[in-house]
Formats: sequence, structure tokens, C-alpha cells
Amino acid sequence: MGLKGKLHEIKQKYKGKKMAPAFNAIHTFLYAPDETTHNGSHIRGADDLKRTMNTVIMALVPVLIFSIFNAGYQHFSALNGFPENFSLMDHFLTWDNAWIGIIKVLPLLAVSYGVGLLVEFIFAVIKGHEVEEGYLVTGILVPLIVPIDTPLWMLAVAVVFGVVIGKEVFGGTGMNILNPALTIRAFLFFAYPTWMSGDKVWVYEARERSEAILAGATDVDAISGETVLGYLAQNKGAAMDQVYSTWDMFYGFIPGSVGETPTLLILLGGLFLIFSKIASWRIMLSAVLGSLVMGLIFNQVVEMGWVTETSKFYGLMSFDFWKHLIVGGLAFGIVYMATDPVTGAQTNKGKWYYGFFIGFLSVMIRVFNPAYPEGVFLAILLMNVFAPTIDHYVVRGNVKRRMKRLENAVILPKDSDGKAAELQAETV
Amino acid sequence: MALLSKKDTSLILDPLADNNPITIQVLGICSALAITAELEASIVMAVAVVFVLGIGNVVISLMRNIIPSKIRIIVQLIVVATLVIVVDQVLKAFAYELSKTLGAFVGLIITNCIIMGRFEAFALANGPWKSFLDGIGNALGYGVILIIVGFFRELLGSGTLLGIPVLGDPILKTGLYATGYENNGFMIIPPAALIVVGIIIWVQRARTPALVEEN
Repeated sequence: MGLKGKLHEIKQKYKGKKMAPAFNAIHTFLYAPDETTHNGSHIRGADDLKRTMNTVIMALVPVLIFSIFNAGYQHFSALNGFPENFSLMDHFLTWDNAWIGIIKVLPLLAVSYGVGLLVEFIFAVIKGHEVEEGYLVTGILVPLIVPIDTPLWMLAVAVVFGVVIGKEVFGGTGMNILNPALTIRAFLFFAYPTWMSGDKVWVYEARERSEAILAGATDVDAISGETVLGYLAQNKGAAMDQVYSTWDMFYGFIPGSVGETPTLLILLGGLFLIFSKIASWRIMLSAVLGSLVMGLIFNQVVEMGWVTETSKFYGLMSFDFWKHLIVGGLAFGIVYMATDPVTGAQTNKGKWYYGFFIGFLSVMIRVFNPAYPEGVFLAILLMNVFAPTIDHYVVRGNVKRRMKRLENAVILPKDSDGKAAELQAETV
Repeated sequence: MALLSKKDTSLILDPLADNNPITIQVLGICSALAITAELEASIVMAVAVVFVLGIGNVVISLMRNIIPSKIRIIVQLIVVATLVIVVDQVLKAFAYELSKTLGAFVGLIITNCIIMGRFEAFALANGPWKSFLDGIGNALGYGVILIIVGFFRELLGSGTLLGIPVLGDPILKTGLYATGYENNGFMIIPPAALIVVGIIIWVQRARTPALVEEN
């Protein structure tokens, strides 16, 4: 008897018992169940929740693999300087790089999934419903959007908070107002700000070494990895240009949250999601437009001479408007977070507004946030809250337009055949 | 004869749990969010409200038959304002540091919905003894929640209780901090109080399903 049979047997054994949802979840996660419904006929598409979730995970796997190598690459580059003649095989895809990623990124992933699914299982057992697939995507998103040195216990606390307060209190998967992964990140950001910002958190060991040096150690070299936005927020644009080229930003060979940097892979993931019709192209496109518009406005303000080099906003405002898309978490947020079908706008017209404001506000918060030069997660959470309002007005607008059409309708008189009067709408 | 009849007892005990002003009536939330970052401030606020509401209810109850109903809100406000000024002055005289922490919120007891709510709903229609018990009961119900919220926010946010470090020293890394534990900055900011109050409401309704409102 194979694994499938055994799982089926366990499932039968626990049927109707309290722990049933937990065993059902393990069974249906691995296999399609044998049972069919006995009453009524159901036509269903193959693209159920599980497949939707798995498609997003597939789009994220290249990013995850890149981030494992980048973790090591940033660490060794911070120690020895960036390699002069960069070659992908010699400097990036090396075993040393991968090892750092394996010991730092995989534990984050394991804690994220372990704790998150545990909470889901507990809630399913208490409330007596089946375990929902909702955490599958959140679980892989979370390690990709936190700094690499985030302590595992902090991540665990944040995951419990995010899943319980962000999702379960609203009624579980599909009922949440806020994106759970971003709720987790926001919790970490407000609870432990020193672990989430500055130039010592984005590169493996940077913080540990600086603490050791503070404590009096002399045999360690200090390392730091400032993000592109960090440089700009301190008006050190010229110094930043020396370290990172535009192509570095596009390919993702820069410090940042674990998986937010590889714009190229995120772009491919986004195209994959659009072609598989999982994510909305309207949201992605309008968010890109929104960020470009805001970036252009800031560039123009600098052009007009309203903001000069002495201003603390100069560095970020004078940053080329399109480059905002290839640094920080903007691309990652637009492709994987803004397009969350549960928390985003539902109407097609609403999606345009929703996406536009995400891009627009992200760049605005980047420039004006005094504490932290990144604002994508705040912008998306804010628009999550406004998404139902946007939808409401879009639907009301549609109703109003059709009511007006009805007002202008005329009733035709009976014709010679004696047919009943027809209602003919005049298109307005 | 017992000091309190059964009905009198329920006047005091009901607002502590099943008819709590914060978790059931959802009144007085503003101050519950604002001043509960420290346990000491929560306790002082609770005591202040017990004083203001206990006395205020009696005063209003004594005057209930001579207050013209058209100007009753103004009369009520004057009574609260007088009592609040007394509290404020006492705090300034004997606990100046604390009165600075509480800041405007002592003055703002006057706008605490629970106080006007109890005047309107109870003191205007009941005798002074019953009104006194009702005032004390509701203020205690408010105070209990304040103290619970203050306890968790100060413990998790600052690692102290009543200003005394209980988890070790975060700078010297002693006690719990030696294991890598850190204070949770989120608990210091007012939104955390909203979430803690929410969790209390959740726990209470999960334990007493009769309290759950129908849709």
C-alpha cells in the first residue's frame, strides 16, 4: 500500500473526530481525493484555489533561488568589495554564496511556513472547518520581504500576529481586508524598527560584526550594506553611483530585503502570472504608471529649481523617475502583493485606480518618509483599506449611468399589429 | 440586613464583565487607547474616573428633580468639569510627573462617553445610593480593562511594570534580554491598544457566547 492509501486510511480513521481537518489537509495537499459528490451536479474549472496558489509559488521560485545566491554575494562583496570583472558563474552562482543563503534564507522560509501553517491548523481544528490553502503563498512571500538577519523568533511572533489579526479574525482565507504577508512585515517594522532599517540589516553578519566591534572586538572587519534608497535618502547619490550600476539594480545584485531585488526575475514572474491569468495586468500596469507619474512630478520639481541640493529630499527627488521601479520593493510589491485578488479592488475600473494609487503613493512615501526610505508596503496596505470604497463608487457609478439611460427611454406606441408596447432605450 | 441587596450587587458587578462599558458598550475607547502605554498611568486614570463618576452620579441623582430637562447637558458638564478640575489639581500637587504624562487626558475625562452616558442613562432616573453604586461599578469596569491593557502594553513594550524592570536590562542584556529578546515597539503606539482591546473583546465573547451580537 502506498503513501496515498495510508493517508486515505488515516483520514477515514479520524473522520468526524476533532483532528479531522488537520489530516484532511495533509491528504488533499498531496493528492486529489478519491471521493466524488453524490448529490447534485457540479461543473467546476480546474483552476481551484490550490492551483492558483501554486501558480504564484511557481512564479516566486526563481526569485527565491536568486535570493539564496544574492545573500552570499552581498556578504562576500561587502567583505572584499564588489568583483571588478563580474561573471555570473565565477562570482554569483558559487557554492559559497549558496551556503550563506541556505543557512540564512531557508530557516526564514521554514519558520514562516511552520508557524503560519500551525496557526492555520489550530484554527481549522477549533472552528471545525477544513484547512484552507491561504497560507501557501503568504508563507513564501514572508521570507522574501524581510531583511536577511531577522531573528527567527521575531519572524515567528510576527507570523502569528499577521495570520491571527490580519486574517483569522476576519473569518479566514478570502475574508481578510489586509494582505497577511504585508501585515507581518508592517508588524515587524513597527515592533522592531532597529532590525528593519538602517545600513546594518541588509547584509548577512553586518549587524553582528558592528555589535562585536562596539563590544571591543578588534579581529573583525566592519561591513555594511546600504540600500540604493538608503544612499539617496542621505543625499549620497554620487557615492551610490560608484557602487551600483543601473544594470546591477535591474538584475538585483544590490542589498535589500531577501527577495525584493531581482527586477528581471520579478518581471518574468509577472508576465507568467499575466499569461496564466492569475494576476491582474490592470493593477500591474496602472501601478507602474502611477509610480512613473509621481517620479516625473518629483523630477520636474527638481528641474524647476524648487528643490535644491541643500534639501534633504533632493537625493530621492532627483532620482530618475523610471529607476524607482528597479530599486527597493516596488516591483516585487506590484507583481506579487498588489495583485492579491482578495485584498485588491474587484472591479476592472477600480483596479486602475487601485493600482495607480499604489504606485503613486509608494514613490511619494519613499521621498517624504523621514524614518525609512521605502514605502511600498505602507502604500499597498493603505490601498487595501480603500479597495472596497473604490469598488463601491465604481459600482454606484455604473448604476447611476444605467438609471440615466432608463430615464431617457421612450415607450413606443402600439403599432398596427397590436404588439405590446416595447421599451426602447436611447443610448445616452 | 446585608449591606448590599442582590440588585445593588449586580449594579456593581455587571459592568465589570457582562455589561462592561469598554468591551460591551464600546464607550470610553479614546482614553483607553491614549494613556495605556504605562500601567501606572492606567491605574491613576482608573482611580480618577472612579472618583469622578462615583461622586458625579450622586450629585446628578440628588439634583435630578430640579434640573430642567432642556439644560440638563450643561448642568451635567458643569458637575463633571468641577470634579475633573479637583482631580487635576490634586494630581498636579501630589504627582506632578504623572500629571504631565497624563497631560490633557485628565482634562478630557470630561468628554469620556461613559460619564455622560451614566448620568443620562442612570443617575437622572435613580436615587443617590443606587447611582453611586452604578457609577462605581461602571468606572471599575472601565478601570479593569485599562489596567489589563496597560499591563500588557508596558510589559511587552517596555519590559517594565509600574516603571520597575521585570525582564532584565535591555542595554546591559541581562535577564530575558540575554537570550536575544527585544522590546516590542509596536506595543507603545496607540494602535496596539486598539488591538489589545479587540483581543479582550474576542476572548470575552468566546467565553460567553450569549454576548455575541446577531447580524
